[in-house]
Amino acid sequence: MILTQFLVLGAILFSIGIYGLLSRRNAVTVLLAVELMLAAVNINLVAFEAFWTTAAAHGHIFAIFVITIAAAEVGIGLAIILLVFRNRASSNIDELDLMRW
Amino acid sequence: MLSLLASAPLTLAAESEGYAELSPGGFFAATAWIMLVLPFVAFLAIVLVGKRMKGQGSELAVGAMGVNLVWASVLFVQNMVEGIYREVNLGIGEIGTLAGHRLSFELGFVVDGLSIMMYWVVAFVGFLVFVYAVGYMQGDVRVPWFFASLSLFAGSMLVLVGAPNLIQLIIGWEGVGLASYLLIGHYWEHKENSDAAVKAFLTNKVADVGLVIGTILVGTALGSFRFSDLSEAAAAHSDTLGAVAVAGGLLLFFGAMGKSAQFPLHVWLPDAMAGPTPVSALMHAATMVTAGIYLMARTFPLYHEMATEARPWMVTIAVITLFVLGFLALVADDLKRVLAYSTVSQLGYMMAAVAAGGYTAGLFHLFTHAFFKALLFLGAGSVIHAVHSNNMSDMGGLRRDMPVTFWTFVIGSVSLAGAIPLAGFWSKDEILATLGHEGYTGFMWVAIAGAFVTAFYMTRAVALTFFGTYKGHGHPHESPRVMTGPLVALAVPSVIAGLLNIPGVSWGPIRNFTDWVGARVVPMGDYHPSAIEWDLAAYGLAAAVAGIVLGWLIFSPEAATQRARDRLEVPVLYPLLRRKYYLDDLYMHGVVNPIKGPIARGVDWVNGYVIDAVINGAGFVTAWVGNLVYGRLDQQGIDLVLNAAAGGTRGAGKRLGLVQTGKVQQYAGAFVVGALLLVVVFVIVT
Repeated sequence: MILTQFLVLGAILFSIGIYGLLSRRNAVTVLLAVELMLAAVNINLVAFEAFWTTAAAHGHIFAIFVITIAAAEVGIGLAIILLVFRNRASSNIDELDLMRW
Repeated sequence: MLSLLASAPLTLAAESEGYAELSPGGFFAATAWIMLVLPFVAFLAIVLVGKRMKGQGSELAVGAMGVNLVWASVLFVQNMVEGIYREVNLGIGEIGTLAGHRLSFELGFVVDGLSIMMYWVVAFVGFLVFVYAVGYMQGDVRVPWFFASLSLFAGSMLVLVGAPNLIQLIIGWEGVGLASYLLIGHYWEHKENSDAAVKAFLTNKVADVGLVIGTILVGTALGSFRFSDLSEAAAAHSDTLGAVAVAGGLLLFFGAMGKSAQFPLHVWLPDAMAGPTPVSALMHAATMVTAGIYLMARTFPLYHEMATEARPWMVTIAVITLFVLGFLALVADDLKRVLAYSTVSQLGYMMAAVAAGGYTAGLFHLFTHAFFKALLFLGAGSVIHAVHSNNMSDMGGLRRDMPVTFWTFVIGSVSLAGAIPLAGFWSKDEILATLGHEGYTGFMWVAIAGAFVTAFYMTRAVALTFFGTYKGHGHPHESPRVMTGPLVALAVPSVIAGLLNIPGVSWGPIRNFTDWVGARVVPMGDYHPSAIEWDLAAYGLAAAVAGIVLGWLIFSPEAATQRARDRLEVPVLYPLLRRKYYLDDLYMHGVVNPIKGPIARGVDWVNGYVIDAVINGAGFVTAWVGNLVYGRLDQQGIDLVLNAAAGGTRGAGKRLGLVQTGKVQQYAGAFVVGALLLVVVFVIVT
């Protein structure tokens, strides 16, 4: 078990997340992709924590922060998507261009 | 520079009058300036907020005048008992050096016998007239402005009579002239009313030239404009003053002739009746027209000690005024014009007395005349208010409908006619005595004849107005109490004011008018009888009674018809009087039209060809420069820069706006690309 394996896993997960974020049209899927990216970051943080045992490294605490914020973010994100869906009967992210100039 | 040059109480001149020293007065004398300022405050307040007030600002005017009346009354009583002299001068600035004298411009106030008498007359008659005007002007046009102008008048008049120097007197003098102009022309919708206002103003301006030149002449000779300095120099027979005394005295007298309506500058006063009646009562009977008499009294030592050569001329003009112009009251149909000519005639009496050397006699007639003439005018106003006409041919028989007005009017008429023991008798008698004593015996008999004329025309006015049958329209009724109240209040002094100055009589601590009005720095040295001269009084009284009886016989109720009036139409005399001695025609054709004709045409030519050319040239150059600046600099220079800046901003905005698609994934994609680029840069750099 070496650090590189974990980093490669994180990089793959992150890339899948970016791909989902940019290509998917369903807002819920986009949200899932964002979660995937956050998970990739968490893997990196925990891996560094486990392999580097210096006193300054506290990656696991950061991971817990990220999980907490991700939970809150998903809560708000899903609520917005729900309301948008109620108003427009669609969750297609291409149609949500109200903030255009 | 603003320094207080208050003078200490002066030891007295009037020692011969029975007091050794004049008191500086108490709180009310020290704060007498409040009386001068308060009406101006009321004026401003009415102009600013009068329209929104319940009484349209009249309450402010009446209130200010009420306070003034309290002040003046306290001073009046105080002065009757102890005699006050206080003079305060406030240096405002330097006029410059003229004829070797440094002349300074000062404002201030004088509290002495003469000014206190005037303060009280202005405040008392003014207060009653203001109250009366509240009723008279109800529902009339421009009421706030009317009361504002009345307040302006009252303030200017008090500044005039309180003036310690000639400059301040001129300020007040012009102020009352302005207020007079404004109020005569109050109903300016009718051309003749504004013409009357202009006539009054211009006639007074002609006379004011004399006043101003006289002031400069006397002031530069003396080195001071103060009346106290003038009096002292005159009493000391100063040579510098002596050189200009006669010329200066006559010029000042010319100024007084305008304001006090002396022949031949009296023409404005009858026309001034175009103003509302309270104005006629206050300004053109009781106070403003006496300003000329006041000026003569204030500068009395100048005439009495130095300008003695001028006095016979002055007396002659005054006697012409009192006798010749009194006749005009006989033929006027307008009730107010009858009273106006009567006022002119009475002003002649006052001027004759002061000019002949009767300081007290003239002022006492001013004092009593203020009451009964204001009473007569207010009574006339009450009648006019009821019948809606100024003409006596529309009146008649009003004594039953308007009892209060009738009785007070009769009291005023009898007092004016000079029947014992009413106020007019005592003051007129004193004038006759003065004229006799000073050697003007012929003029004295003319004045007695004038008394006959006075009694005659007043009887005519009373008979035509109150007796016979009513000839107007509608049903006249008595005026409201706010108008009859002042009538009754004025009737009281019209009856008893004469008792203040019975020769040789004083009432306990209250001294004789002669004593307290003469409380001045310099002794007056004027003549006043020490006891009643019964033979002279009898002549005066006989003239008055004869006038009343004859008037009654001609104009009694049965005879008060058109036929009776025809009987007076004596072939030559009547047209002469109706045309007012052709004086108006003379002025119109002799002065006004020549000025309006060639001079006006000349001015028009200058205006059309010289001034217009200059103005048009200036206008053309300005337009050319303007076009150049506009076309070249503005349109092609500045606008280019501004338009380019604006266009550039708009184009940039349009293009950059395309980036903002509103699609979240495009933003995210751009973000990812940017982040990757940063990573690449980071890797390359490290």
